[in-house]
Amino acid sequence: MAQVPFVDYLVLGDDPHLTAHECTACGARYFDRRLACASCEGREFRTAAVATSGEVRAFTIVSLAAPGIPVPFVAAVIDCDGTSVRANIVNVPPDADHVALGMKVRLTTFPVGTDSAGTEAVVFGFEPA
Amino acid sequence: MSSGDVWILGIHMTKFGKHPDQTTVELAAEAALGALADANVHMKDMGILAAGNLMGGGGMGQQLQKAIGQTGIPVYNVANACATGATALRTAVMAIKAGECDYGLAVGVEKLAGAGLLAGGSRKAESDTWTPAGPYGAVAPIDGRIGTETMPGVFAQIGMEYGHKYGGTSFDLFAKISEKNHAHSTLNPKAAYQKRFTLDEIKNDVMIAYPNTRPMCSANCDGAAAAVVVSDAKLRTLDPDQRRRAIKISASVLTSDPWEEACQILPNVNTLTRNAAKQAYEQAGVGPEDLDLVELHDCFATAELVHYDNLMLCPEGGAVDFFNSGATWRDGSIPVNVSGGLESKGHPIAATGIANIWEVCTHLRGEGGDRQIEGATVGLAHVIGLGSACGVHILEKAGV
Repeated sequence: MAQVPFVDYLVLGDDPHLTAHECTACGARYFDRRLACASCEGREFRTAAVATSGEVRAFTIVSLAAPGIPVPFVAAVIDCDGTSVRANIVNVPPDADHVALGMKVRLTTFPVGTDSAGTEAVVFGFEPA
Repeated sequence: MSSGDVWILGIHMTKFGKHPDQTTVELAAEAALGALADANVHMKDMGILAAGNLMGGGGMGQQLQKAIGQTGIPVYNVANACATGATALRTAVMAIKAGECDYGLAVGVEKLAGAGLLAGGSRKAESDTWTPAGPYGAVAPIDGRIGTETMPGVFAQIGMEYGHKYGGTSFDLFAKISEKNHAHSTLNPKAAYQKRFTLDEIKNDVMIAYPNTRPMCSANCDGAAAAVVVSDAKLRTLDPDQRRRAIKISASVLTSDPWEEACQILPNVNTLTRNAAKQAYEQAGVGPEDLDLVELHDCFATAELVHYDNLMLCPEGGAVDFFNSGATWRDGSIPVNVSGGLESKGHPIAATGIANIWEVCTHLRGEGGDRQIEGATVGLAHVIGLGSACGVHILEKAGV
């Protein structure tokens, strides 16, 4: 089945990982398309692979969300070896007894749906390591 | 000899709550006319109008003029998320500081009753084929799939991040902050909600985004606030009664967030608030220990905690101990949000950054009634608009 990453900074395949646009001048990293660096005004970026494991620096358990989003779910900020990543924490009961600040997690990928052309979209999350 | 200071001559806040029978413009007009009457001046005296409103479709300043007085003065319609009201006030202050006029009017108004979630709460339908689009090359909206964009969720993480950095936070702690503000609201007849909650009631209420339950979230409501500001030189020519009630704006500061690692992943509301506070204390020549009361941006209980630290009301990393000491209750050493805060007074977005200044001025004037902080002479008002913008004003009772 054809697959498409949910966002363009997710690389699928045998070794799924995230990539960032890294400023060649100051090393600041961004996940979105950039014209310039917000840190140093640099204009050149290279593609940098982001560590696939990290530590939960902040989280919340969202119980009220937009229609169509299954709740509750855990939203978090993961410190991946110095690069902060926004993601859901998955494969764990979404409650404060099972998710903790400082918890070690690793990247995982999973399908979120198939479109009318039969292409499967794949998103990333982090699961307990 | 003029000091170059700018003063609040008149200020007014409508009751916050549900106003189904008033339009947004009528609410703004009520606040503006109230501020003009409080100052004992008229629209024809004003040299600038700055108006803030986010949900009303634009052009609020001109619509307000058509309701209460079209005099041809410059109008600035400002938008700065939840810091919109403070930005409107600061715009009028800057015009006076620049010597362009002696009087300015700043207004903030919003109708939000029943609005629900304000970000991440609505999404476009997903298309029937996955097509990457936008700066993240996303095939569908990322809110909920890759973290959360909802305000309760974002600010929940901001509070949790503080806990990760310094320790000591818990569901109980954040609920206790909310308990304080709801208790304070019982003395404020202009608050949208005046109900006192027990700690258990707060914790057992509907969970929105852990650890924020519903009473720990700012209350969407309708409301408006307005202020008339005046130059020092003009104030000196006015009647003793006007001069006696004038409140000095000892500091007026607006900041945005400097780049830091992670600031585009989870908004950093800390650095820009700390930067604004530092500038404000320096401008005013006062320190946190001089403050008699603080109105800070408790859009969520989790946010109030971090701002104790950001505004330097406590040593760095010491917000939990500071709160647990009782310092921020109305009988504590630095009462915080004696109005009830955004969690109970309500948060009509663009009005908030002037309403908090009204609260401080009311105490400095000794007109706080049942909730008066006795002998208050210096106060601070703080707002954060996510994105981010931070407004800090320090206000002082001072004779002229």
